[in-house]
Amino acid sequence: MRSDSRLERILTSGRFALTGELGPPRGADADAVRKKARLLAGMVDAVNITDNQTAVVRMSSLGACLIAIQEGLEPVYQMVCRDRNRIAMQSDILGAAALGVQNILCLSGDHQCFGDHPGSKKVFDLDSMQLIDMVRTMRDQARFQGGADITVAPKLFIGAAANPFAEPHAFRVVRLAKKIAAGADFIQTQCVYNMERFESWLAQARDMGLTDKVYILAGVTPLKSLGMARYMQKNVPGMDVPEKLIQRLKGVEKKDQAREGIAICCEQIQQLREMKGLAGIHLMAIEWEHRVPEIVEQAGLLPRPAPEPEQA
Amino acid sequence: MIKATVKPLEEILAMIAPYRRVLTVGCGGCVSLCLAGGMKEARELNSKLRAMQEPGSDAEFADITVERQCEQQFLTPLDERTAGCDAFLSLACGAGVQFLAERFPEKPVFPGVNTQFVGVTKDIGWYEERCKTCGDCILGLTAGICPVTMCAKGLFNGPCGGPQDGHCEVDPDRPCAWIAIYERLQAQGRLETLTTLQGARQWQGQVPGSILLPRYRDRYVKDGDDK
Repeated sequence: MRSDSRLERILTSGRFALTGELGPPRGADADAVRKKARLLAGMVDAVNITDNQTAVVRMSSLGACLIAIQEGLEPVYQMVCRDRNRIAMQSDILGAAALGVQNILCLSGDHQCFGDHPGSKKVFDLDSMQLIDMVRTMRDQARFQGGADITVAPKLFIGAAANPFAEPHAFRVVRLAKKIAAGADFIQTQCVYNMERFESWLAQARDMGLTDKVYILAGVTPLKSLGMARYMQKNVPGMDVPEKLIQRLKGVEKKDQAREGIAICCEQIQQLREMKGLAGIHLMAIEWEHRVPEIVEQAGLLPRPAPEPEQA
Repeated sequence: MIKATVKPLEEILAMIAPYRRVLTVGCGGCVSLCLAGGMKEARELNSKLRAMQEPGSDAEFADITVERQCEQQFLTPLDERTAGCDAFLSLACGAGVQFLAERFPEKPVFPGVNTQFVGVTKDIGWYEERCKTCGDCILGLTAGICPVTMCAKGLFNGPCGGPQDGHCEVDPDRPCAWIAIYERLQAQGRLETLTTLQGARQWQGQVPGSILLPRYRDRYVKDGDDK
């Protein structure tokens, strides 16, 4: 085991994992985090805590991670390269590990022009690939990026993102391989709506032997409405929402679209579970945490494995 | 070359308002080629500033354009003009403005242009950024396309997951630099370049830069001067 992460134990034991997502609030509102955390507790194996997603300022991922831990959840600490240089990142990584964070997801981060501080200065001292490499070096070699020794290495289970649908398509598995070589232990993908294209990407990863080297969790986001589906299709970069899903939501009354969206989501999870080489699901119910229990139940993902005591 | 644009007239006017005799100093270098700070622009700017004065104003706007404001030898013609002016309005890039201010420390020097970037002339009046002067060029690995400059996130291991129809997620009108890099390397049969992790950069330019060519070193550094 590379870490004390429960997510790592579940994946290593070959069980189908389920991670969720929790977006911190736009204020110093611990209760908002607790409320969301309680909805997710027992429903998922670990919860990604986003890091100022879409470049909109929110409570820090680390702060919300700690509240999640207090609520009995295992957080996946998301860290983006947009806002901090390698000094701040390494410092936060040590702090997070010291406070009980076991998993980290290394991301580039959405450009600040999408958020509410478009005049801020971007950092990108490292990119996501270099961040993965840095965390791995910190953990496995107890060495800072600058070369000095670390007294107590941060034992983190290292995650990375992958978008199977982005261009250039032929390069996507190559980039996945690069992230694995840099040190990624698990992968969470962009939201999957186009099953055929996802399966073909996964097949390529399998053929290259990548699914033996890394745990891949397929990203799934329930569509709350026709409007959301259209928005995802047209406005979210790197997203592939097939027209047939739009038509299916269009075919039901507006008040029933949420239910239909959940039905679609559960069918997708079933389909994904059948795919060889897939290690789990990453369920991103964006500002819809209260619907997670029914989705997880309807998708047949309950009960979740009980938290095990750490092996001595 | 360095590309610049003229500051808004109101901003210039506000800076120079307290001074009666202003000498606008054009630069015949980069800023002249991008039509921001050459002789023609210095004269045009003065005409506009004169036209914006209140009736009865005794403000005087003179102009002079030197070959390059970033070299001391070209600044000597200004020595005899300094007594006749209360402030300089330099149309050079930020480097030129500072060199002028360094030569005449007793006199206020104001910038008349905003220095934008190191770029190319796509066509007359059309300039695009190409270089961030990062001090550690990797264009050899990226098919002659700079990701530090051309990728919105300055990624070294792109492309990210965001490009749409070959364009950057940040600006749908801008081609994704990393897709361009990918395609050009592919055309050159060099795609394997992209399979290697580009490690964390040792960023240069984090303190003011200075270059002293070894063959000129003796001219400026006396024995025992070494730090």
